[in-house]
Amino acid sequence: MLNCYHCGNEIIENEMLVFDDKKFCCKGCQTVYELFSDNGLTNYYDFEKNPGAKPKDADAKFNYLENANIVSKLLDFQEGSTQIVRLYIPHIHCSSCIWILENLNTLNSGISQSQVVFSQKKVTIVFNSETVSLKEIVLLLASIGYEPYISLENFDNKPKLIDRNLLYKTGVAFFGFGNIMLLSFPEYFNVNDYWIHQYKDFFRYLNIFLALPVFLYSATPYYISAYHSIKAKAFNIDIPMALGIIVMFLRSLVDIFFQDGAGFLDSMCGLVFFMLSGKLIQQTTYNFLSFERDYKSYFPIAVTKIENKAEVPIQVYEIEKGTHLMIRNEELIPVDAVLLSDTAYIDYSFVTGEAVPVEKKSGDKIFAGGKQVGNAIVIEAVNSVSQSYLTQLWSNEVFQKRTSQKLKTITDRASRIFTPALLSIAFIGFIGWSFVSFNDAFNVLTAVLIVACPCALALTAPYTWGNVIRLMGKRKLYLKNTAVIEQLSKADVLVFDKTGTLTSNKNQQIKYVGEHLTKEELMAVKNIVRGSNHPLSRRLYMVLPECNIKKPLLFNEIAGKGIEGIFEEYHLRIGSANWLEISDQSAVHDTKVYIEIDHKVKGYFVFENEYRKGIKKLFETLKDRNYQLFVLSGDNNGEEKMLRQLVSADTQLVFNQKPEDKLRFIENLQSHGKNVLMIGDGLNDAGALAQSNIGISISENVNVFTPASDAILDAGAFTKIPYFLSFAKNAMKTIKMSYCLAISYNIVGLSFALSNQLSPLVAAIIMPVSTATIISFVTLMSGIYAKKSKG
Amino acid sequence: MGVIYILICISVFVAAVFLYLFIKSVKSGQFDDQYTPSIRMLFDDELKKKKNNKSQKQSN
Repeated sequence: MLNCYHCGNEIIENEMLVFDDKKFCCKGCQTVYELFSDNGLTNYYDFEKNPGAKPKDADAKFNYLENANIVSKLLDFQEGSTQIVRLYIPHIHCSSCIWILENLNTLNSGISQSQVVFSQKKVTIVFNSETVSLKEIVLLLASIGYEPYISLENFDNKPKLIDRNLLYKTGVAFFGFGNIMLLSFPEYFNVNDYWIHQYKDFFRYLNIFLALPVFLYSATPYYISAYHSIKAKAFNIDIPMALGIIVMFLRSLVDIFFQDGAGFLDSMCGLVFFMLSGKLIQQTTYNFLSFERDYKSYFPIAVTKIENKAEVPIQVYEIEKGTHLMIRNEELIPVDAVLLSDTAYIDYSFVTGEAVPVEKKSGDKIFAGGKQVGNAIVIEAVNSVSQSYLTQLWSNEVFQKRTSQKLKTITDRASRIFTPALLSIAFIGFIGWSFVSFNDAFNVLTAVLIVACPCALALTAPYTWGNVIRLMGKRKLYLKNTAVIEQLSKADVLVFDKTGTLTSNKNQQIKYVGEHLTKEELMAVKNIVRGSNHPLSRRLYMVLPECNIKKPLLFNEIAGKGIEGIFEEYHLRIGSANWLEISDQSAVHDTKVYIEIDHKVKGYFVFENEYRKGIKKLFETLKDRNYQLFVLSGDNNGEEKMLRQLVSADTQLVFNQKPEDKLRFIENLQSHGKNVLMIGDGLNDAGALAQSNIGISISENVNVFTPASDAILDAGAFTKIPYFLSFAKNAMKTIKMSYCLAISYNIVGLSFALSNQLSPLVAAIIMPVSTATIISFVTLMSGIYAKKSKG
Repeated sequence: MGVIYILICISVFVAAVFLYLFIKSVKSGQFDDQYTPSIRMLFDDELKKKKNNKSQKQSN
């Protein structure tokens, strides 16, 4: 098998191009190579084998970039002739990509600098608008196979300032922690010698000085969070944390100034540092994935309006009822419309997950969200964008509610018990010792609050979640944040979407039913469909066996009906049942293409949605684990029989579900106290995904289209769902075990504190030891469970 | 032993310098993207070299 030097695709024998001793699959790839070699950029091919992508014809697609208004919305920065733009390029995948994109200035002198952020698949380009326009840059990128993806989301979307506060705070805390630790060493080994006596004040004052920025700056997130949680009357873990930090600092001041002690400044800084680093770990997110997509990320920023027979690019928000729009091949229809052209093939795979394009005739209504496949069409809008059938889903309150909704995590629940218990122990200790002396009582009170500061407790969850998120990501389930794991472990009802989720929209099974076709006849069919641009012909062409390619004697495509052709001695008609005057009696509404050879109908090719492999086993496993299972489908019940055989017996199948119906269905389950896990794929599932406790969107290619969800599952890991569920449960178990460990440390510490024996040295030992053991315990356990959890 | 004051001050000062450098590097965005620079450093001068190769080829 030969692979193209540029893009790595298989080369079809008769179409191979040779240039510079290198083999290419098409003219496009060769042109890119020529461009690179002319500019001394062939290094592109050295970093990675076949790094390129076939350039797509994008000529008219970006015409809207001539509109200055739209361009200015896309730019990040504009000052005189210097302009900066950030573009999202899905193809960025290897070091060659970085290299070529950062050398764009060699290809166009108007570009002064370009920089890639690999994890976000974005390139920032600085250019001179007098020498080169944004459109030229975008076309240049498209011509070398790096077509940027510009959607409505980019519109007016100014770059967010990166919040680096946590890094600063952690840095300062580490500075304080490290220095104070070192300066406290003489104190730890305090033997009563002259040397210590002479210099200890200097060390102690210096410690206070170093601890101040940690106390006043690094620890601020805890004060703020504690304040908010007191205000909301929820006892979250940050209350005892903040209390512990403040008490430690005050007690240290009292110790140093009045009691001739060393204080607990080292423990305080250590605590703040460990807690902040736990926060950093928890921040692990997948930059290259987007979990917040709504229809805006799918919709184009501009469309071509037809006005007095001229094509004018306009922003999609400017579309009004009655506007005539031109939609080219592979362009998305942004608004509900009526078709004015003769025929259109609309691919609704973003919306429903249905892979076969739907054929529409002049006058038919077309819903927003579909993609035209084939020739350009003209449509007339019947709504504005925001009032379209699909986009209206986003006005549902579930999409607003979501951001403010706060989940009670296991840490919060634990702290609801822990915080009052701690406070009462401290109080009892204070009262008990106040019979001895006030001084001792004060010391005991503060010592309890210091030692019981729930450092280990609060660190357990971030470190476990952080590690689990990473381990799941390795196995191709990408979680939006750590709260999802806990929800995952609680799910008891699983709802699957059918089309695109249980079926794959990548591999479509094409089966032939009917009289046997000879090799020659198949060859004739293949050669006839070769000339057609109809999406079904293309698919058929791909699956038919390899053969010699010859030009048919006659080729005539009748739009919306089929193809007629003569190849060698065969006279063929290939097309719909209607056209060939056959009555299709089967109840199942599959997509079929009939073959007629020499005026005799031979049979038909049926395009079946292929179900993913392993569904049967998946459903059985899930049933054995007592999950309640549902399958929701927007389609009619044509496939019910087929589906029944695949899923377990008590799985409920629900058909004819509109996007809103799916959302209501989930809501209804939740009102019965269920924790619903929804797995879907298309935009029509977006409402249900948002409503469910955890929405997982499944995707063949995680980099592109997935609706907003809590997690993104790579389609290849579909059968691992039971594994992820049991892993999440085990992660919860890990946390509970770790809590036991943390509590036992607390009991040891408390016994020191209550007997008024807590010295700074004991605190300085307990704090790091407990932290270190907890962190290593949860990391180890989650690693073990990642391997041991049942799939 | 009065020198201990100077020594400690120097050590804290050195640590403070590192803190300052850390903050400065965070501020300049060095920690925003931790992957791309590690690749970028591998191919700095490659472009020139290639051009030379090419001209050699032509002269052959």
